[in-house]
Amino acid sequence: MKTWVYVDHFKGQVLPASWEAIGAGKTLGTVTALVFGSGVEALAKTAFTYGADEVFLADDPALADYRSEAYASTLSSLAAEHKPDAILFPTTTRCREMAGMVAMDLKTGVMVDVTALELQGDRIVATRPIYAGKLLTKETCSASPQIATLRGRAFPKPAADTGKSGTPTKVAAKVEALTNVEGYATTEGGVSLIDAGVIVSGGRGVSNNPTLTPPGGLDEKQTEIWRAQQGFALVKDLAAVLGAAVGASRAAVDAGYVPYMHQVGQTGKVVSPDLYIACGISGAIQHLAGMRTSKMIVAINKDAEAPIFKVARYGVVGDLYQIIPALTAAFKSKLGK
Amino acid sequence: MKIIVCIKQVPDSAAKVVVEGGKVSWGDAPLVINPWDEYAVEAALQQKEALGGTVTAISIGGESAKEAIKHALAMGADDAILISDPALANLDTQAAAQVLAAAIRKAGGVDMAFFGRQAIDGDSGITPSQTARLLGWPALTLSAVIKVDGGNVRVERAIEEGRQIVTAKLPAVFSLVKDFGEPRYPSFMGIRKASRAEIPAWSLGDLGMVAPATVISWPEVMNPPSREVTCEVIGGGSPQEIAEKLADKILAEKIL
Ligand SMILES: Cc1cc2nc3c(=O)[nH]c(=O)nc-3n(C[C@H](O)[C@H](O)[C@H](O)COP(=O)(O)OP(=O)(O)OC[C@H]3O[C@@H](n4cnc5c(N)ncnc54)[C@H](O)[C@@H]3O)c2cc1C
Ligand SMILES: Nc1ncnc2c1ncn2[C@@H]1O[C@H](COP(=O)(O)O)[C@@H](O)[C@H]1O
Repeated sequence: MKTWVYVDHFKGQVLPASWEAIGAGKTLGTVTALVFGSGVEALAKTAFTYGADEVFLADDPALADYRSEAYASTLSSLAAEHKPDAILFPTTTRCREMAGMVAMDLKTGVMVDVTALELQGDRIVATRPIYAGKLLTKETCSASPQIATLRGRAFPKPAADTGKSGTPTKVAAKVEALTNVEGYATTEGGVSLIDAGVIVSGGRGVSNNPTLTPPGGLDEKQTEIWRAQQGFALVKDLAAVLGAAVGASRAAVDAGYVPYMHQVGQTGKVVSPDLYIACGISGAIQHLAGMRTSKMIVAINKDAEAPIFKVARYGVVGDLYQIIPALTAAFKSKLGK
Repeated sequence: MKIIVCIKQVPDSAAKVVVEGGKVSWGDAPLVINPWDEYAVEAALQQKEALGGTVTAISIGGESAKEAIKHALAMGADDAILISDPALANLDTQAAAQVLAAAIRKAGGVDMAFFGRQAIDGDSGITPSQTARLLGWPALTLSAVIKVDGGNVRVERAIEEGRQIVTAKLPAVFSLVKDFGEPRYPSFMGIRKASRAEIPAWSLGDLGMVAPATVISWPEVMNPPSREVTCEVIGGGSPQEIAEKLADKILAEKIL
């Protein structure tokens, strides 16, 4: 089957789920990678190393910033001309939007955030979680091209083969847009939750250490936040030793312990790392929705009845203030750091 | 400002959703306004408060969806329309977008249309951009900050890398992220007003359209494979001994 894969990037930084999508595309048939942007020929070359059989490159100063209308129109007009059987995107904020628009242009549909693909005849059967992962569906798309966005870390990332190369096919950009990009503002950096192989998360429990004496002059709320900062410092130390990203429950975010970008769950980020360490998190259904597909879950909680232990492979019933520093020290020596 | 806010009714986020006899069931959990749509209502009300005008809530759904609509009215929306038609069961997003675009056109003279970022039942998050595409309006999705100045709007959109700052002309479609700010609670007065509200229903005929064909079908819905985990509780000894044991167990799984 003639499969297209859109490579999502920000100023030349590729979101890794794009390469995973090329790998998934190869299981369906031949892959044409699509690279849009300005001055992005190098990315087009990289796409070959991840297994693309062909690369369409729309390189145009007007595509320097992602704008949904221009990007979607560029893709739709190419698809109208070349008639691919399927178009795959990584599930990213830009691609959800683009995939939806391209589907309207081409009078077809999108299977969103797919975690498994199989081919039955000329139809893709796509498995995807719904109701925050409480259920799975198998979906099909009756029109052509069949469009799907693929969840990050659900498909193996192909190994880059630097021996592979090719010449990208230059294609025309459609540059009409309804929006103007003024610029960007960065928010706090750190390891991206979605791509992280390991996540250490803190919940409301991280503020619960009655033995600490806060500095004087703080009101009740400030004292709670101060306590939480001491707890999150431990979480961050453990994350640093493991090269992990820091996550949080909604209770921790709402209480002002950490910014929203760290929130894992139904109304935060849906993550699927190899290892998820939940510290002082009870395991509410909305939190589980965001991390239950992690390969291995470890829970540290002083309440043996906490629901988080129902999804955990290993658990420690104890005070996180004692366990986390000891665990950090243990990994430090075992990993030779 | 003529403002529309699109809302969907969904099972409560705390519901235990399972497949029973091939059907999706959420037990006796309540149906509520999609939590993300509360942010959309909040954003719509803030624009109305700043600029004047009206906020109309629109929902495609059955008779029960009136309860979700009433939540929007209780928060402060001026009026509402229920789009209800037996032919509109099991819509996919592109079909929902066609109906919502038709409703927004029929309402006429709309300046801003607000959407939730995602419905927590289907978890698609693409209806807003699809509706924008049909209307030919800018899709200012995932906005965290919205500033209107005359016929122009400037938004900060949440993207993986931070914020993208975008300007466009109205009319436009918006969806909201949580950074926008928490939605208000319905007031007592609002709840009283909402309980008495007449909610007019439009059929497909009223919109001058036939049922849009669905393209995506989901013949099979399944309970996810149960996570066969039995939790091994690491205990006994000092925190250091526990930590040693736990670290060894984790390292033995060779996932680091
Ligand atoms: C519409 C909606 C959407 C939601 N979305 C999300 C979401 O995206 N993500 C999310 O996380 N939640 C979400 N929630 C909230 C969710 O229902 C819970 O309220 C929340 O997850 C609880 O966070 P928590 O586990 O940190 O806090 P708690 O439930 O208060 O748990 C704290 C835990 O810490 C333990 N503890 C306390 N002190 C210590 C200590 N010293 N050492 C070890 N353990 C300790 C306690 O035993 C307890 O289990 C949502 C709710 C709604 C209604
Ligand atoms: N049946 C519906 N009625 C009204 N608005 C809807 C409906 N379905 C989706 N929407 C809107 O589109 C948003 C995104 O939905 P979805 O793309 O299905 O995740 C929702 O948060 C609503 O604002």
